[in-house]
Amino acid sequence: MQSAIAVRELTKTYAEGSAGTLALRGVDLDAHPGELLMLVGPSGSGKTTLLSIMGCILTATSGSVRIAGREVVGLGEKQLPALRLEHIGFVFQGFNLFPTLSAAENVELMLDLKGVSAAKAKKRAHELLDQVGLGGKFESFPADLSGGQKQRVAIARALAGDPGIILADEPTAALDSHTGRNVMQMMSDLAHQRGRAVVIVTHDSRVLSFADRIVKIEDGAIAAPESEPVPAPLLTQTLPQASAGLA
Amino acid sequence: MPPLAQRNLFHDKVRLTVTLTGIVFSVVLIVVQLGLFLGFTTATSNLIDHSGADLWITSKNVPYVEQGVAFSERKLNQVRAIPGVADAQKLIARWTQWKRHDGGQESVQIVGINVDDPLERPWNLVEGRVEDLKSPDAVILDELYKQKLGVTRIGEVFEIGGHRARVVGFTRGIRSFTTSPYVFTSFKNAQDYTGLREDQTMFILARLAPGADWHEVRSELLAHVKDVEVFTTAQFSRMTTFYWMFTTGAGVAVLIAAVLGLVVGFVVVAQTIYATTMDHIREFGTLKAMGAPNSYVYKVIMKQAAISAVIGYVLGMIVSFFVVQGSQKGGAAILMPPTMAVGMFFLTLAMCVGAALVSINKVTHIDPAMVFKG
Repeated sequence: MQSAIAVRELTKTYAEGSAGTLALRGVDLDAHPGELLMLVGPSGSGKTTLLSIMGCILTATSGSVRIAGREVVGLGEKQLPALRLEHIGFVFQGFNLFPTLSAAENVELMLDLKGVSAAKAKKRAHELLDQVGLGGKFESFPADLSGGQKQRVAIARALAGDPGIILADEPTAALDSHTGRNVMQMMSDLAHQRGRAVVIVTHDSRVLSFADRIVKIEDGAIAAPESEPVPAPLLTQTLPQASAGLA
Repeated sequence: MPPLAQRNLFHDKVRLTVTLTGIVFSVVLIVVQLGLFLGFTTATSNLIDHSGADLWITSKNVPYVEQGVAFSERKLNQVRAIPGVADAQKLIARWTQWKRHDGGQESVQIVGINVDDPLERPWNLVEGRVEDLKSPDAVILDELYKQKLGVTRIGEVFEIGGHRARVVGFTRGIRSFTTSPYVFTSFKNAQDYTGLREDQTMFILARLAPGADWHEVRSELLAHVKDVEVFTTAQFSRMTTFYWMFTTGAGVAVLIAAVLGLVVGFVVVAQTIYATTMDHIREFGTLKAMGAPNSYVYKVIMKQAAISAVIGYVLGMIVSFFVVQGSQKGGAAILMPPTMAVGMFFLTLAMCVGAALVSINKVTHIDPAMVFKG
């Protein structure tokens, strides 16, 4: 099976003064369609840098990154946004919703970027919000939504572009455990039922059980060996509503 | 496109108010200053532009109408004898003193005309008739200057240059750029009021015969009439306007104020749009991370600027309309022709879009990776 993302010999150096800081050193990693991959590691280990490079919003210093088989290292500033738009959906720790737009409009914005007409975008946005269990919140503004609901809008927005890859940065960090599990269940369903390659950076040990594979990053490198999910009995309960919604 | 620009703009009412206040202030200031400039420009050449003449014959080295120098009126016949001249008349335009009933004196500009001739007749009469100037000591002045000259009604008698003057009519809107009102009277009266000798005039106005070429007529005039200059009405109008507006610096001062209005508006709008952009910088970062090209983000910012411009322009023009209306009753008219109103719209739009470029420069350099920072 072709990797959704294939990273080889990836290095990233941040220029700081004359020395520079090596954030990633020779990382090799694959993310596959239908897989939920978690990147874990201490703060400053380089996992968010890795996620940013995998998401084509940060450029590598050297190495190779292939998205859906296409080499992206060396692509220009004008080509990268189009690549992100076509292949990648993002879910952020702080949701990053547009506070002046309603839930539906937040999703429509993504569809507008994809060139979908306004009428079709509205219909599709309602469908997506329905799927994440926010059928009655089309016109609600982010300020009127709970943290979990905001993250669900963010997931609907990420899905709107129909990307093959979902990259999430600490998607449960701002949520309580129940809501966090709910969101993680959705992410899991995106991987397992919709065949997306889902890559999640997390510090949250409560959600590790949702991972198909866990990669630990330390000091800018993968700490061998890659591990299987950590059992987390408290988190094994599935959430039928969310799960059914994404089916 | 979802209404991101509109929502961002209207979300913060206080900031929107500041933005619109800046634009309105700028629009009103520019309209007032440009309108004043236009009003002044019109006033400086009013007399020349309404003369109905094709050519102005003056003494040598007369730079503008108020600086006319007396010369022999015998030149009138010489002018009339030139082929291509259909008609010619004498004209006096000269400063003198108007004595009010209370003993106070005001400087006025006497305009002495041939009442039987259509050249340089007072226009926009609201009381009296031009023919009334044929009666002895008759004068017509503009109603704007009634108070200044102490006039209340037709029939009142005053003193000009030591001679009797009786008001027989009023015009409306004939402003003088200087503080000296125009006082129309017969040529003979004007000679008395201004102290000219009976054989002197200050200008000769000529009308060309149909088909006559003004270059040729001018050459003939210069060849056969000694010590005169010949200008077309347009040339003499421009010379007079240029003198008052630029040589004296009056017009430059007004224009500088108009430019200041533009600068103030630009700075206020740039500052507020920049602040709005900075407030939403994370959202723009998110947009870029989502795959929005820079052009998409620019559109959002430009749309905000354009909406601000349209609303600010409409409000500014409403205020300007009342200011312009109010100025019509004063000595300094603010003119706002339709072309200026239309031009102001594009100037406002350009000002706001230009101001938005500061924000665009900022957004261009947003690192989309910022979305992963907390």
